Amino acid sequence: MPHDHHDHDHLSPSGHPYRQDNDAPLTYFQRMEIAVRELLIEKGHLTPAEIATQIDTMDARSPANGAAVVARAWTDPAFKARLMENAGDATREMGFDIGPLHLVAVENTADIHNMIVCTLCSCYPRNLLGLPPDWYKTRAYRSRAVREPRAVLREFGLELPETTRIRVHDSTADMRYIVLPARPPGTEDITEAALAKLVTRDSMIGTGLPLAPENT
Amino acid sequence: MGGRSAGPIAMEGHDFALWEKRVDALMVLCGAKGLFTVDGLRRALEDMGEDAFETLSYYDRWIAATNQNLIEAGVYTLEELGQRMEEVARRGPTYGEAQE
Repeated sequence: MPHDHHDHDHLSPSGHPYRQDNDAPLTYFQRMEIAVRELLIEKGHLTPAEIATQIDTMDARSPANGAAVVARAWTDPAFKARLMENAGDATREMGFDIGPLHLVAVENTADIHNMIVCTLCSCYPRNLLGLPPDWYKTRAYRSRAVREPRAVLREFGLELPETTRIRVHDSTADMRYIVLPARPPGTEDITEAALAKLVTRDSMIGTGLPLAPENT
Repeated sequence: MGGRSAGPIAMEGHDFALWEKRVDALMVLCGAKGLFTVDGLRRALEDMGEDAFETLSYYDRWIAATNQNLIEAGVYTLEELGQRMEEVARRGPTYGEAQE
């Protein structure tokens, strides 16, 4: 989304610039959203409650869900085997609503680093991680992730050894990927809950690594 | 788009506005109720042409694609949409005031 705020004195509690919302001049597409929503309700296809519930459901999804899955995989080898076999079923087992999507977990190892992109648009493991960050939807990320992933990762501050093979996974509407990052060294003695706190959103997209234990 | 060259990746994020969350909810719910498929949305997005990707925002494109599919499915007519959008405009100059 075009985004031209550079006034960092006005940040929201989430650290983002406040975005004009209900008090800015009404745009053409906002009028369209209101009209479409009202027509759907009037014609009996949707209720206002369904719409509100769907928004709440989406708001409740966050990278913490994915982090819990990763921490479980790090500590429970049988779960990890099930996750690699069928990530949708394994995460449903933890109570997450994955919907009808095929969810595929891809594992980072000493030699292989995985990253995910949707070159078409914005397909993302949203049922597990919530809505994608804006950069994931930019033309720049989508174009370059498959062309020069190493340079893209460098922009995210991630410099991988030349010997590490990078695999880029292009998502589709019904095939979503999540990266299972490698467990950081020095975390042998910490609990599953503490491990989950090391798992960042970007580490599950592949544009970052989990935090080191001393950084939490 | 994949494989083209492009400039640096803009890392700034934003908090989703209410109207954007509503677009997302409408798209998910209409899909779940079988009013259209994700392929139908994809086709509508592709049909907008490259210009739309340069000039419209992400949620602008998604509400346009949702609307296109609902009209094609016969949920409402183009005329009904046009009339309602005019009525919405008459309610007030901001998103908040334009709610019923």
